[in-house]
Amino acid sequence: MAEPAANDTKTRPRDAALGSGPGRVLLTVYIIFAVAAGARAAVQIATKFSEAPLAYVLSAVAALIYIAATVGLAVGGNRGRLIALVSCSIELIGVLVVGTLSIGDKAAFPDQTVWSDYGSGYGYIPLVLPMIGLYWLWRNRPSAKK
Amino acid sequence: MPVNGPLSVATIVVALALAAWYLLRAALNKAPTRLDLLAVALLGVLVAVLVVVAVVGLFDGSRPAETSTFGGYLITTIAFAPTGFVLARMEPTRWGSLILGVACLTLPVLVLRLQQIASVVTGG
Repeated sequence: MAEPAANDTKTRPRDAALGSGPGRVLLTVYIIFAVAAGARAAVQIATKFSEAPLAYVLSAVAALIYIAATVGLAVGGNRGRLIALVSCSIELIGVLVVGTLSIGDKAAFPDQTVWSDYGSGYGYIPLVLPMIGLYWLWRNRPSAKK
Repeated sequence: MPVNGPLSVATIVVALALAAWYLLRAALNKAPTRLDLLAVALLGVLVAVLVVVAVVGLFDGSRPAETSTFGGYLITTIAFAPTGFVLARMEPTRWGSLILGVACLTLPVLVLRLQQIASVVTGG
């Protein structure tokens, strides 16, 4: 990796790894959500799966996607980028679709998932996070090297 | 309940104060100093004491109705400050300060959730 210019110690080169600089903050938030969604899904499925199977399966899927995005961002490189790109896209679609459905059809979603009501239970971060993730991936696309 | 005592209040106040400091440092484009990292480590110790007190409290008769959820939150909570510490050390830029800020903003939420879960009690 190219050394940063001598007078430029605070910022990194544009082609630095995906998981450094602001990317590391993004990674932090993704770790939080991977753990939060994962733990919640594990408890829901282990203790009361029959109450709301659809919602709990969705919780588990959401958790897996957050974990995948976290791994993708942490690994970096072409493969990491691809994993993160796919999982961020699924997240964005997921939060929009589940958010809309959960408002339109309360009966199908008797219990909360991270994506219910566009993630309002989590401060709408699930809605914003994939957008930031996709922006970050786009900003660090290989062709953007300078 | 142990998690609703002054220890929780202290944790929340300290975490929020540190969060404000770290966010300010990030806004001023400052990397975390050794003192900043030491502060988050001490916050981690405070949280660890809180979690130990909460775990001890699980064996004094009454338990939260959702004990497994409570346990999950306890594990997450105790892991939080160390995770922020490690990530911030990997990132000696303003973004390291932002990582610490985000971690310190999330901790109060976790403590509040712990209190919420603990307030729904079941006997035995």
